[in-house]
Amino acid sequence: MAGLATRLRITPFGLICLVGLVASLYLSLIWAPRERVMGDVQRIMYFHVASAWIAEFAFVLVGVSSVIYLWLRERRWDIVAYSAAEVGFVFCCFVMITGPIWGKPVWGTWWTWDPRLTFSMILWLIYVAYLMLRVYGDDMPQVKTFLAVLGILGTIDIPFIHFATMWWRGLHPDSLVMTEEGLGAGMEVDMRIALAVSAVVFTLLFFYLMQRRMALERLRDEAEDLRERVEHRHPGTVGA
Amino acid sequence: MDQNFWYLFSAYTLIWVGLFLYLFTIAGREKKLAEEIAELKAAVEELESKEEGRA
Repeated sequence: MAGLATRLRITPFGLICLVGLVASLYLSLIWAPRERVMGDVQRIMYFHVASAWIAEFAFVLVGVSSVIYLWLRERRWDIVAYSAAEVGFVFCCFVMITGPIWGKPVWGTWWTWDPRLTFSMILWLIYVAYLMLRVYGDDMPQVKTFLAVLGILGTIDIPFIHFATMWWRGLHPDSLVMTEEGLGAGMEVDMRIALAVSAVVFTLLFFYLMQRRMALERLRDEAEDLRERVEHRHPGTVGA
Repeated sequence: MDQNFWYLFSAYTLIWVGLFLYLFTIAGREKKLAEEIAELKAAVEELESKEEGRA
């Protein structure tokens, strides 16, 4: 375990997240009661909903930091946007994988063009477009501006995902977390606790991964700066 | 055993595998960049000392 932590360069904050994930796993798989209609497969909800929360939150962060970047033109906000997009994409992938795995035994199909699923797919595609642009044109200032605009426009999709079950009829169940009766009123108390712990742990994990990803981007900047210094003193040395 | 056990097992396994794969890619990229930075720093120092020698 210690060897793996060293190999993955996991910091103490990362270890706290890992312990939290194990605790969350216990609460979700063992401690929380079995749902009467769906059975054990409903336990996918604890990680699926927590991943969805992070996928949406991360893109809001992309949007907010993109606005600040367009305003101040400071590299650090560009780094926040890029890091949030990459980490958010990972969680969005978890949503897009665990959703169909949960849907198959419950709905009898892997996928359906239900409004919430469709808007979630759109978010996933926005993430893909954003990250592809980052990979292929990140060094061009115009692309950075375009990325910031895409980051802001992409956030328009978030309310559609969130309120899709209220605005349109579909297969996806109504939100059990935000109900008219109050937060989590549609669930048993033990289920509510397990879901709340998952959400908190995933939020901590998101910030841990963001920290790592932002540090990586700063290392990339340092390497770029050094490359320029070498190239300036001795043209043709770097990349030859 | 619940007949849907494998769906539950697959969902949780994929999340854990995905998470660790992502951590491995971050650690790999960090290592590669740290090595590149060390090499570049050495190159900068070498070039600077050569320039000082000429001066």
